[in-house]
Amino acid sequence: MPTTDRGDEVLDPSAAAPPADRPAGSPDVPAVEFRNAVKRFGEHTVLDGLDLTVRGGERVTLIGPSGSGKTTILRLLMTLEELTDGFVLVDGQPLTHELRDGRRVPVPPRRRKQITRRIGMVFQQFNLFPNMSVLGNITEAPMHVLGMSRAEARERAMDLLRQVGLEQKAGEHPSRLSGGQQQRVAIARALAMDPAILLLDEVTSALDPELVDDVLNVLRRVAGTTDITMLIVTHEMQFARDVSDRVLMFDGGRIIEDGSPEQIFTAPGNERTRSFLRAVL
Amino acid sequence: MIWSWERAAEALPVLLEGFRITLLATVLGTLIATVLGLAIAVLRRVLPGPARAVLHWLTEFVRMTPLVVQLLFAYYLLTGVSGLVIGIAVIGIHYSTYMAESYRAGIEAVPKGQWEAAAALSLPASRTWRDVVLPQALRATIPSLGNYAVAMFKDTPLLFAISVVELVTAAQQFGARNFAYTEAFTLAGLIFLLASYPTSLLVRRLEKHLAHY
Amino acid sequence: MDGNLGVLRESLPRLAEGVLVTLQLTLGGALGAFVLAVVLGLLARSGSTLVRALVRVVVEFLRGTSLLVQLFWLFFVLPLLGVELEPMTCGILALSLNYGAYGAEVVRGSVAAVDRGQWEAAHALGMSAAHRMRRIIFPQAWALMLPSLANLLIQLLKGTAVVTFITLSDLTFHVEQLRQSTGSTLFAFTVGLLLYFVLAYLLNLGMNVLEIRAKHTLGRGRSMREIWLPTRPKPVETGGEQP
Repeated sequence: MPTTDRGDEVLDPSAAAPPADRPAGSPDVPAVEFRNAVKRFGEHTVLDGLDLTVRGGERVTLIGPSGSGKTTILRLLMTLEELTDGFVLVDGQPLTHELRDGRRVPVPPRRRKQITRRIGMVFQQFNLFPNMSVLGNITEAPMHVLGMSRAEARERAMDLLRQVGLEQKAGEHPSRLSGGQQQRVAIARALAMDPAILLLDEVTSALDPELVDDVLNVLRRVAGTTDITMLIVTHEMQFARDVSDRVLMFDGGRIIEDGSPEQIFTAPGNERTRSFLRAVL
Repeated sequence: MIWSWERAAEALPVLLEGFRITLLATVLGTLIATVLGLAIAVLRRVLPGPARAVLHWLTEFVRMTPLVVQLLFAYYLLTGVSGLVIGIAVIGIHYSTYMAESYRAGIEAVPKGQWEAAAALSLPASRTWRDVVLPQALRATIPSLGNYAVAMFKDTPLLFAISVVELVTAAQQFGARNFAYTEAFTLAGLIFLLASYPTSLLVRRLEKHLAHY
Repeated sequence: MDGNLGVLRESLPRLAEGVLVTLQLTLGGALGAFVLAVVLGLLARSGSTLVRALVRVVVEFLRGTSLLVQLFWLFFVLPLLGVELEPMTCGILALSLNYGAYGAEVVRGSVAAVDRGQWEAAHALGMSAAHRMRRIIFPQAWALMLPSLANLLIQLLKGTAVVTFITLSDLTFHVEQLRQSTGSTLFAFTVGLLLYFVLAYLLNLGMNVLEIRAKHTLGRGRSMREIWLPTRPKPVETGGEQP
């Protein structure tokens, strides 16, 4: 493992273990695709026939007012919620529903699990497991879901902890760490599963301001040293500019603007986007 | 034959007679537990240190030891007194210790500010308790009361030990005399179920209703 | 009084036997009740309405009929249906069924109280439902359910006293024997009640230890060692890897 100065370290978990088969983001097949996605909670429509395509390795930031559907997109991808209508595909494969003989039918759970295994998520509230140490949090899934040996999982975990700057906290209890440290552990935990797609749901919104930068720097390194597809919901606009290839503006369950960071942040076309950015920046 | 409707029909009036005693014991026992429990709860806050400790250990002792043993104890000790009277008294006292805990929780849930406001108004202790604290404390306690009443109802079979012919004793006696254990105990169980389940539902509904206040 | 003490000394072995039987019933019943409580408590969260309804019926049935009725049913009625159970088995079974039903609500409530984010994080990591429950959710629910389970355990201990009615020589039985041999109700029953009290207190202590340990695993409290040994100032954290 290269131990040169921090900035050069590769934040690539697969370097510590045999490469898993990841979608390289083949040019024809998008990593993520939503087709006419509809999500209703009772009377309330959160997504209204949304179409979205994300290519492999793309970094997409989703912005917009709360309730506009951006977090729902992430949760649908992670199968924490289910589409009311429409389809979501990962690497060209239907994730939750598919068309069979012209009918929209659910995808069997086993296939779903296979697909979501390549997707990782980091939550606003960290959600570290309080009944395990920091190290335990990171090794749990690789050992029991990927079937890694304890030694392998520990090695990978320590490596990731080193890269997020927390190796001396390995034996600590999560509650003893600051919010920013906990979130970095959460990132390491997600990366330990070698995801092809990483979902980041307002990961710094619950942090005290002075802890935000450490977390964002870790994510900048992830973006800079891997080709993981990233879908990011955030209010941190500078970070979005630094890291994203694309920015999507959400409003009322639809994407009202879609462009590069320069486009969106300096010359937004849509009036809603303009007023939102004015309020936030 | 395992089940005979004839025997069941014969058993029913005997069982219902026993059930009458069960209900009597439950109602009177609940009354005693409610009043005595409140007294204990108030005393535990009002008595000075050593007396409070004694009362505490006494109630713990009664609360954490088996009711049936306490029943036998009283029954053997007070030879002149009828089983039913002893039974009701002991059950009442036993459950008053549970009720005291509920009252305590209810009293402690009353915000400290209420006590302070009463003191600022120079209200005497008795008024503070009567008009300020207890009305608030009791809202929380009423559902517990209901729950313990149901629990007590289900403990009345212990009166079997002191020869009080409540429902289960009646069932056992009838069963033994007429080779009808199956009918007797099954019917007894059903009567219990029919009496306690709707009551529990009522108590749960009462709890929800009070919680919304 | 001396005479009584003398008789007490002679009866100690029998009383000890009684305590043993009571403990057997308590621990056996507690184990059975716990298993049943976990099974019913987890099933009560099933996605299937039918399963949930079934669990509800079973729980209400077991809670709604009293312990003594259930005990007598097992002891008097089962043999008529061809199943002869030992009194000890009847006792443990009745205790398990009755208190297991009460425990089911405790388990269900505690599992439901675990933060939703834990479920989501475990799901995001690809854990199966069984793995998630076993390694993440239940360990956290355990700390929440302990106080209520401790209460139920004491009630179970008290519940064991009814088994004298099905010819088991538990502590209550031997207390009655002691009463007959000393001729003093007061003496014998005071001894008996004190013994039950001590047992209840010890069980309570045991549950408290479990509670302390559970809270400590969740990082919410001190370990047993920290509680019992005098505190020393913690050494300043140095760098370096920890295994």
